[in-house]
Amino acid sequence: MQKSLNIDPGKCTGCLQCEMACSLENEGVFNTSKSRIKVFTFHEEGKFVPYTCTQCDEAWCMHACPVDAIVVNAVTGSKDVISDLCVGCKVCTIACPFGTVNYNADSGKVVKCDLCGGDPQCVSACPTNAITYVDANATGLDKMRQWAEKTDNTVGG
Amino acid sequence: MIYVVVGSGPAGVVATEQLRKLDPLAHITMIGAEPEPPYSRMAIPYFLTSKIDESGTYLRKQAKHFASRNIDVVQQRATSIDTEFNRLITDDGRVRRYDKLLIATGASPVVPPVPGIDSPGVHNCWTLEDAREIVKLAKPGASVVLMGAGFIGCIILESLALRDVNLTVVEMENRMVPRMMNDVSGNMIKSWCEQKGVTVHTSTRAESIEQIGGGKLRVSLSTGGTVDADLVISATGVAPNLGFASDSGLRTDQGIVVNDYLQTSDADIYAAGDVCQGKDFNTGEYSVQAIQPTAVEHAKVAATNMVRGHRTEHVGNVNMNVLDTIGLVSASFGMWMGVPGGESSELVNEKEHKYLNLQFKDDVLVGASSLGLTQHVGVLRGLIQSKTSLGLWKDRLKKDPMRIMEAYLACSQSQVSAATA
Amino acid sequence: MAWTRQILRVNLTEGTCIAEPLNMDWANQYLGQRGLATRYLVDEIDPKCDALGPDNKLIMATGPLTGTMASTGGRYSVITKSPLTGGVACSNSGGFFGAELKSAGWDMIIFEGSSPRPVYLNIENESASLEDASEIWGKSCWETDEVLHAKHQDPQMRVACVGRSAEAGCLFSAIVNDLHRAAGRSGVGTVMASKNLKAVSVRGTLGVGNIKDPARFMESIAAGKKVLAENAVTGEGLPALGTQVLMNVINEVGAMPTRNMQEVQFEGAHKISGEAMLEPRASDGKPNLTRNGGCFACTISCGRISTVDREHFSVKEKPQYWGNSGGLEYEAAWALGSDTGVDDLDALTYVNFICNEDGMDPITFGATVAAAMELFEAGVITTANTGGVELKFGSAEALCWAVEQSAVSEGFGADLNLGSRRLCEKYGRPEMSMTVKGQEFPAYDPRGIQGMGLAYATSNRGACHLRGYTVSSEILGVPEKTDPLATEGKAGLVKAFQDATAAVDSAGLCIFTTFAWSLDDISPQIDSACDGDWSPERLVEVGERIWQLERDFNMKAGLTGADDTLPDRLLKDAAKSGPAKGKVCELGSMLPEYYQLRGWTTDGTLTAETRSKFGLPA
Repeated sequence: MQKSLNIDPGKCTGCLQCEMACSLENEGVFNTSKSRIKVFTFHEEGKFVPYTCTQCDEAWCMHACPVDAIVVNAVTGSKDVISDLCVGCKVCTIACPFGTVNYNADSGKVVKCDLCGGDPQCVSACPTNAITYVDANATGLDKMRQWAEKTDNTVGG
Repeated sequence: MIYVVVGSGPAGVVATEQLRKLDPLAHITMIGAEPEPPYSRMAIPYFLTSKIDESGTYLRKQAKHFASRNIDVVQQRATSIDTEFNRLITDDGRVRRYDKLLIATGASPVVPPVPGIDSPGVHNCWTLEDAREIVKLAKPGASVVLMGAGFIGCIILESLALRDVNLTVVEMENRMVPRMMNDVSGNMIKSWCEQKGVTVHTSTRAESIEQIGGGKLRVSLSTGGTVDADLVISATGVAPNLGFASDSGLRTDQGIVVNDYLQTSDADIYAAGDVCQGKDFNTGEYSVQAIQPTAVEHAKVAATNMVRGHRTEHVGNVNMNVLDTIGLVSASFGMWMGVPGGESSELVNEKEHKYLNLQFKDDVLVGASSLGLTQHVGVLRGLIQSKTSLGLWKDRLKKDPMRIMEAYLACSQSQVSAATA
Repeated sequence: MAWTRQILRVNLTEGTCIAEPLNMDWANQYLGQRGLATRYLVDEIDPKCDALGPDNKLIMATGPLTGTMASTGGRYSVITKSPLTGGVACSNSGGFFGAELKSAGWDMIIFEGSSPRPVYLNIENESASLEDASEIWGKSCWETDEVLHAKHQDPQMRVACVGRSAEAGCLFSAIVNDLHRAAGRSGVGTVMASKNLKAVSVRGTLGVGNIKDPARFMESIAAGKKVLAENAVTGEGLPALGTQVLMNVINEVGAMPTRNMQEVQFEGAHKISGEAMLEPRASDGKPNLTRNGGCFACTISCGRISTVDREHFSVKEKPQYWGNSGGLEYEAAWALGSDTGVDDLDALTYVNFICNEDGMDPITFGATVAAAMELFEAGVITTANTGGVELKFGSAEALCWAVEQSAVSEGFGADLNLGSRRLCEKYGRPEMSMTVKGQEFPAYDPRGIQGMGLAYATSNRGACHLRGYTVSSEILGVPEKTDPLATEGKAGLVKAFQDATAAVDSAGLCIFTTFAWSLDDISPQIDSACDGDWSPERLVEVGERIWQLERDFNMKAGLTGADDTLPDRLLKDAAKSGPAKGKVCELGSMLPEYYQLRGWTTDGTLTAETRSKFGLPA
């Protein structure tokens, strides 16, 4: 059974432990600016919203890549950037309607969530279980994908 | 079924893959004119900087990618179509029968009407072969004149700057990237380039190119004055490769005319990519967008409709672009220039070369352009294409457009909007 | 390691920003943040200098664990000479600013001199520059934050700034970061404004690396997080009720200072407690508390995010205060509530918003209003002074009026902005000021918690609960229960808390972790991150060195053992109710032993042996 990240903003306190865990895993440094999961703060509303790639089936990023540098991970279903192949053209960053593929000027490549190969570090770091890694069917992913479909050009495909 | 795809750029490649996915038993042929494996023009600037070698530009990296999918890839140039008997003729005289044909022949550089434009030492920057020639001539210390500061011109600027050449840019319009950026942001890109040591002449035409001996060229400018150069790169724009299609009787305008299923005036022939005059998502009108994401989406829709039993409407593409000009990232989406009766929000930070412009119609985002923004830019597309009602967030964005990601989360994501209601 | 080893020196007089290497010898002796910055301050300023003159310096300092994933590792402190006490000021703040500064590559910023015109410091990683602040001078902290974010177009940028109170010279002005976190006490914001420095904006994208033993560090911080999660206070009480979990507890033990510390129990405590913040309001059915929020890296998340009832008189015509913002912590709820006799939760929340918006320390502000109320009820000040306002205990209207006056230093607000000691002296009744060394008390009456009396009297920054929080032991039983009414053993207890706290502060961690963590939990986190040996014993030694250094600075600044005392009200007037009824604070029976344990003479001066033992500078 494929698993996916389930995010419950109601439980998030905005502590950014997830961002640090992500940057440590992927960049070897505590650096929230390099995290692939981002917590957005709604100050007036008093809400914190963690946000990252849903590994959507449509995978605009993957289809838009001109050099075949984004591929499906056969084990986790995540869409992974093959860093060696990425030329840094950024087309995927404008193609992804969720804004979850981002350009890293330091490396000259794009980065996105790859579920840490099946052991997402943001999940282990979260102190309130706002981020969990569960069976895809049990998450609100379908709802998020409904919105995604509004952006789809190729429903029949 | 026999499918023939003319063109081996991104549209051609994606179309063959989609055809194979939907029709496992069909016979599929892809015809490309260039003597290279299918490659990406988007990657050429990175080849010029030596970030990648030639193979890094290839659209598909597996050697047997096409063979393993039983897709025939041939190097020929299509010359005409016999629409009556569904036959395609190529430059080697071969005649192929097809059930469905896709034209994805892309575009070619336009040749500006400048005396001397055909001199040795004047090159386009469009094909891998062009890139090889530029690599040869753009040696450190060489003087290079770049005619045209559009998307192509700008995207190769960095590779030229990195090669330590003395670079002069000549652009007819009053700013850089005029088809992507407005006066404010286009001129911010100009000042950025100037800070990086590039000489930029806007509102200037190259009037003539003259050979002055020793392999040197002299470019005369409309504003008076001349620039001597070892290499002149002509990047004044591209035009769809319509020739054989229009000669064969297909309806053409700016590009090949298609309906909302990307079908041409001949029911068995479809078009996709830079040659196709498809629907624009924002305007509802038909235009040539000539961008990578549109080419790919055209290809998926067209190929789907070519397969019996499938019928998918092409709802139109958001025109969008992302460009890296010597490290300054710019992006534009949809109606970035605004719409009649619309509203806008703009933040300008000239010192740090940061810019964000949002365009609204009622409470829906219809266009945007940015400089220096690299995080979450895709949501601009998401908001435009989903026609999301922004509600009270429109006023917040008018006050501070940088809150776009918050607005997106609050308005678009059902899970999130429930949490922030 | 874990330090960036870079400090930024900003000369406001000259307009220069220069990077220099961190003094690693000092880092080994003083760890970071509070301790290390104090070492720099001691080295660089004349202790007798005018706190509000150009010769004073102001240091914003992170610790080695600031910006890491260690739970609560996001703190910074502001160290300077205090205009309120004349001694060392060290105010600690959470939020996200400290981690951002560290992530930009800086262990600390030293501000020196004074700018000829209002400026703010903008930092983007290694680049730092002073920018014209004319656009934000005269604006509140909230407006300043908004303007700077709009100007720099970076939602991730973090801002620390002073409000209008500081510009007007209010002596208890805070430096507010991330809208509702503050380096609150001792007037550090006043010093910042006196230098014509309005704000510091920081964007750091370099991150924090250089961890000595990353694998061991991750193990030790994971263990630390588990301890916090499983502890009743840090795992349940603080997330659910915030520090306000204490309101009812402290009231019951009879240590709730009430109406300018005239009483020790407040009849309205239950109306302003953490539990009350969860009760649905009559008007809209929503509770005062929207949710809890965490500072950077904090897995406790005691922060309160609250709203004021839109129907409440304080905000009825002011929609700008209808959204969520930082809610009441226990100290603010006490000072603004119990100490002024006001039991109106919405009024307290509104006043707390204003304290954040214009950068006032709510403890000193509330306690000063309380003193003014006592002066008013005694007939010393009248409606002639207040422009007609009846400044009586229990008046929510008067409290809201006072905060609005104080924020912009108008009318009687200018008097309030002196703090209670100078206010009471001005009106000839110094005995009504509830202060030590000129700084107002926090929320624990030392008649009901004896150890706190000694902690207040000897605190290096004036009355303060965060220099040695023996409440942990005397009330909560952490690490072990002691009798709050006994004085025996309290000298040693106070010293142990003071030393450990100095070490925890200096690491860049939050002191609230010590409800669950001992130095045995903290030591592995520091030791695996930082070069050198950071055993629990070493941390105690470093903590004590810091304490001695601060004390030494204060003595050189002109304070003496005679300042280690409490107001007569606490030493002579017995508690009127509760378990401590009939008790005064018996400071005299604890202080001599404390001096002896510290290695000081009977008049409170450091002996030569003590100075040499800790290697203090001459």
